[in-house]
Amino acid sequence: MPAVAPRSGEAIFASAERVNAELFTLTYGAIVRQLITDLEEVDEVNKQLDQMGYNIGVRLIDEFLAKSNVSRCVDFKETAEVIAKVGFKMFLGVSATVTNWDAEGTTCSLVLEDNPLVDFVELPDTCQGLHYCNVLNGVVRGALEMVSMKTEVTWIRDMLRGDDAYELQVKLLKQIPEEYPYKDDE
Amino acid sequence: MIGVGKIKQYSNVLDKPLSKGKQEVSLSAFAFLFSELVQYNQTQVDNIAELERRLEDAGYSVGARVLELLCHRDKGNRRETRLLGILSFVHSTVWKVLFGKVADSLEKGTEHEDEYMISEKELLVNRFISIPKDMGTFNCGAFVAGIVRGVLDSAGFPAVVTAHFVPVEGQLRPRTTILIKFAEEDRAININIKAKLKDA
Repeated sequence: MPAVAPRSGEAIFASAERVNAELFTLTYGAIVRQLITDLEEVDEVNKQLDQMGYNIGVRLIDEFLAKSNVSRCVDFKETAEVIAKVGFKMFLGVSATVTNWDAEGTTCSLVLEDNPLVDFVELPDTCQGLHYCNVLNGVVRGALEMVSMKTEVTWIRDMLRGDDAYELQVKLLKQIPEEYPYKDDE
Repeated sequence: MIGVGKIKQYSNVLDKPLSKGKQEVSLSAFAFLFSELVQYNQTQVDNIAELERRLEDAGYSVGARVLELLCHRDKGNRRETRLLGILSFVHSTVWKVLFGKVADSLEKGTEHEDEYMISEKELLVNRFISIPKDMGTFNCGAFVAGIVRGVLDSAGFPAVVTAHFVPVEGQLRPRTTILIKFAEEDRAININIKAKLKDA
């Protein structure tokens, strides 16, 4: 009997080991500050945060697939729903809404209602170009790449920059065809 | 660029009510993030001591903020002024908020008057970390040591704080001890004041 994919990550989050979100938030803040001190350029910091997120995404997808019982998504629409409802909930305890689909169904937006990364944060004038939560881009991109989807992820709205929500645009560039794992018997 | 585009309403962090701090994220999310912190810092250094120092620095900035946050929320804006008071604040309140439990033990050093130790059987940050042989005594607990130093320093008790592995008999994993050595500064100030009083 095929396992039924959960409609929400609530139960997984409830049964997982958790830590105080403030430890997470402050640790992330420490990372961002360290990057700003080291790299000096805001653009470089954005890039590095994205890279770190990518590294996380590549590893995180394994845990996600193992714990969530989600099987292959039929299309990108389902993928987006699973990220918003299961993925975000399972790891960060918050869920996102999927909106703003384009006509082809390859671009959509994830709108975060609640963002545990940004508590206690206020961007100083010198850091206005900073995408504070850029690590999330990388995570989504890295995780999707591991399930054969090349994506481009960009911030559309950011409350730290004065917008009214956090909006992450995910654009499906191409689906990489699955290759036969020739190296299996090595 | 002044006046271009729509006027945006920037939210002021001080205008928001202070959260109760009951929100949680999954342990994995924290573990993934922490491992990135360690890996990034590894690319920035060429020796273990430097790596520990950088992790400690990161922790320090967390500690300073935790003190401020907890004083506002839990203690009606009062700060500890006594040594034992601040130590038990770290051992119980800070630990409980950050790691969900009180630290396993708080002891006074037997050899030196100014040394204290907080021990933890399995420190949260060390849980998913195994140290490769060529990295010797490196301890990710340096991050937590930094948090402790941040709290103590901001409360007016400067100290040198280090993390060490201590093997435990009959157990595979060593426990982590956070060693706190208070600076002599305070005594020096006292002597100064006494000398001045004498002169007057």
